[in-house]
Amino acid sequence: MTPEVRLGVVLLCHAELDAAAQMVRIWVSGGARVSIHIDSKAPSKAVARMQEALSDLPDIVYSRRHRCNWGGFSLVKATQDAAQLLLDSFPDTTHVYLASGSCLPLRPVRDLVAFLALDPHRDHIESVSAYDVGWTVGGLNEERFTLFHPLDWRRRRWLFDRLVDWQRALRIRRRLPKGIAPHLGSQWWCLTAATLRAILDDPRRPEFDRFFRYSWIPDESYFQTLARRHAARIESRSLTLAKFDHDGRPYQLYDDHILMLEESHCFVARKFWSGASRLLAHFPRPEGTEPDTGAPQPQRFERLINRTVRRRLLGRPGLYMQSRFPRKDAENGKTSAPYAVFQGFSDIFPDFETWLGGLVDADVHGHLLGPEMAEFAGRPRIGPGAISNSTLTRDRDPVGFLTAVIRISPRTQIFQFSPRDNQALNWFMATDPNAHIHVVTGAWMLPLLESGMPFDDIRRVTAQLQRAELAQLDVLNSVWVKARVHVHELTDFLARPEAILMQALQQLPVKPAAAGGMPKMRDPGGLANLLRRLRNSGLRPRLSGDGLPLPETSPSERTAAE
Amino acid sequence: MPAARVPIPPRLRRRAERQYLIVRAFNRRRALKPVVNRTAQIRKGHILAFVTMRNERVRLPYFLDYYRKLGVDHFLFVNNNSDDGSGQYLAAQPDVSLWWTNASYKRSRFGMDWLNRLLMKYGHGHWCLTVDPDEFLVYPHCDSRPLAALTGWLDASQRRSFPAMLLDMYPRGNIEDETYEAGTDPFRIASWFDPANYMISKNAYYGNLWIQGGPRTREFFTMDPLAGPALNKIPLVKWHWRYAYVSSTHMLLPCHLNLVYDESGGEQASGCLLHAKFLSVFAQKSAEELDRRQHYANSKEYKAYHAGLRRGTGLWCSESRQYSDWRQLEDLGLISRGNWA
Repeated sequence: MTPEVRLGVVLLCHAELDAAAQMVRIWVSGGARVSIHIDSKAPSKAVARMQEALSDLPDIVYSRRHRCNWGGFSLVKATQDAAQLLLDSFPDTTHVYLASGSCLPLRPVRDLVAFLALDPHRDHIESVSAYDVGWTVGGLNEERFTLFHPLDWRRRRWLFDRLVDWQRALRIRRRLPKGIAPHLGSQWWCLTAATLRAILDDPRRPEFDRFFRYSWIPDESYFQTLARRHAARIESRSLTLAKFDHDGRPYQLYDDHILMLEESHCFVARKFWSGASRLLAHFPRPEGTEPDTGAPQPQRFERLINRTVRRRLLGRPGLYMQSRFPRKDAENGKTSAPYAVFQGFSDIFPDFETWLGGLVDADVHGHLLGPEMAEFAGRPRIGPGAISNSTLTRDRDPVGFLTAVIRISPRTQIFQFSPRDNQALNWFMATDPNAHIHVVTGAWMLPLLESGMPFDDIRRVTAQLQRAELAQLDVLNSVWVKARVHVHELTDFLARPEAILMQALQQLPVKPAAAGGMPKMRDPGGLANLLRRLRNSGLRPRLSGDGLPLPETSPSERTAAE
Repeated sequence: MPAARVPIPPRLRRRAERQYLIVRAFNRRRALKPVVNRTAQIRKGHILAFVTMRNERVRLPYFLDYYRKLGVDHFLFVNNNSDDGSGQYLAAQPDVSLWWTNASYKRSRFGMDWLNRLLMKYGHGHWCLTVDPDEFLVYPHCDSRPLAALTGWLDASQRRSFPAMLLDMYPRGNIEDETYEAGTDPFRIASWFDPANYMISKNAYYGNLWIQGGPRTREFFTMDPLAGPALNKIPLVKWHWRYAYVSSTHMLLPCHLNLVYDESGGEQASGCLLHAKFLSVFAQKSAEELDRRQHYANSKEYKAYHAGLRRGTGLWCSESRQYSDWRQLEDLGLISRGNWA
């Protein structure tokens, strides 16, 4: 048998004293001695009730009460006094565990004692060098120590930040006491009595106390730093399961965490919600026949917490909802999945949509942003996610419309686009890395050839559409583009349609057994003639490219045009 | 320059509006006649529910049952001249305080003056849930954690308001097909909803999000979606006597209470109010409400429903989803747990 371990517990209680009394009972019945510190902010009635409830217990002492503030030195002071009292009242204590009144022992205290007895001279305290630590709250790292922090970060945030700025500007740097290197770590530790005595009885303690009084969050650095000075062997991991959110608040534990906490195999977890009655009844687990000395395995629980922190800070990409409405360009993902936009293809190939739908494993819509209606695949009145095909509801919130369609559908979304459609999303799509945009410029002229409209109307429509497409190309050629954009001029496309189509298909989920072949193409025959008439009527066609043969023009005209 | 043209900073305008609303609410104190006042039962930390209603006798038993189970400690009802026995039923409940009024619903800003008055007097310092008798709050983890866990967490996160969007629920067939029996779960009948059909824009003046859409806009307001009902709600607030609801529970003043969403990409916690409006009782109610002409925007909504429902259109469509639990709503992105793990 290894040397006997006599466990003492320093219990810091702030509120919820009834639950804290229950915790004291758990510790004492497990054979630990408890030194209780009660925040002097706690109402005297509740304190009296707690003392009354614990009056039958041996081995408990109450230390001098301090008024504790979050991240203030008063917490260290309270710990020091309670620890001193514990060591004085029970001099044969070998280990001291620092816990709070809302720390719930998950495993029997006997397990903890057996675990400590495996290596009785080891100090279990998370202690990471302040220069290498990655986690910071409020953007401060070693400046926790090199600047003065007399203010409460929670309550006087603005003044606190100004004070930091001001000290930075004045280049104020505090000198660290000689012989210590600042370390940080979880507030909750388990030290051997020898180490703790060395810290408390250090002749230079007034100097250290003075230094830490104005450092930031000393309760996470005082013992962590001084343990490095005095301890023989440090196991830099806290035995208490305590995770904090991005704002430095501990996560609360509820009834539905029981299973996960049991799996974590931790000794103590922080911090339970006082109404979680099933949780409080379930833990600590009853003692087994043999003490279990297995080490804690908190990884799975920590993964859960990290996931929620990510959800809070980054959110789900492409989601716009009542509690996530990102500013422009702060979206962390404008849409939730890749999608493809084909512009001009449906003008060149009248049944492009059905042809593509047969070829790829994706939802191929018509002109989702079209002027008559949102043309969902199959033209239902109500599309995916019960979104109406009405243009009015769509144009009330176009971003919401597109992102909702993409997010609610399990398959890749593909839709047609043209200068006739609502142009409100041009910037949105161009700056979205999920977008694949294939454009054939000037293709909107081909349907005009067959329209049979009077020339004056064709000219007017051409001018409008050309203006819209030029504005869109300005967007697609800007330096801010994040989408994958492929722009072809109409004449280039007509020169080798198959190659360009196949290139576009390469980035789509093509069905394995899809038949090849080209869709039926509109006849571009009269295009050259139309372009000439447009040019002669004073409109310069700028988008269809200049590769078309112009047989009827005389040499003199051509020179003038060039 | 005439005085009227001098631009007033929005802050001052909002403050003036809030003070006006508070005075207005205070002036309604004599319009409310106490029937049963059990507010002496209210203790520190209790969660209170504030409800205004008219002729909702059928819905009340399940409503009270649902919120008692969630952990609401006391209900404060305003009975707007019901004649179907709702008043007697409520007066007999041990945890209900009841006021009666026959003042005009419309001229009391659709009941909000009455509720602002009660909130001011009894809600100060409490978490207050302001809902209609056909709205049922669902929030992340609501199957395992009571409302007090949520409010405790909100307190710890120093948040004073919690958003819950209105989610219209409807039955699969026609609304009249299945008769709703008092005391039963309305979502056994009306168990379907629209998963993604919501439009959002930000109200720059009050700072809240304005959400529209859902089955009502899809069926009744396609020609004028801006006239459709607003779905954004902030029903759960840690009340202070200086707060006031501006328009229904859609928004509040001071406007920091409306900032319940994250604008830098993250997600805050939010819930849903399941709206059990479209039950068999609805058709008869919409006829009655049309006669009373006491509803918002000249009862435009009710006119549209009445016209639409007479045609026999149900709200169900092939893209509707059947409600299972809060996890489904979270996966769909209608609610979020934020960082409440």
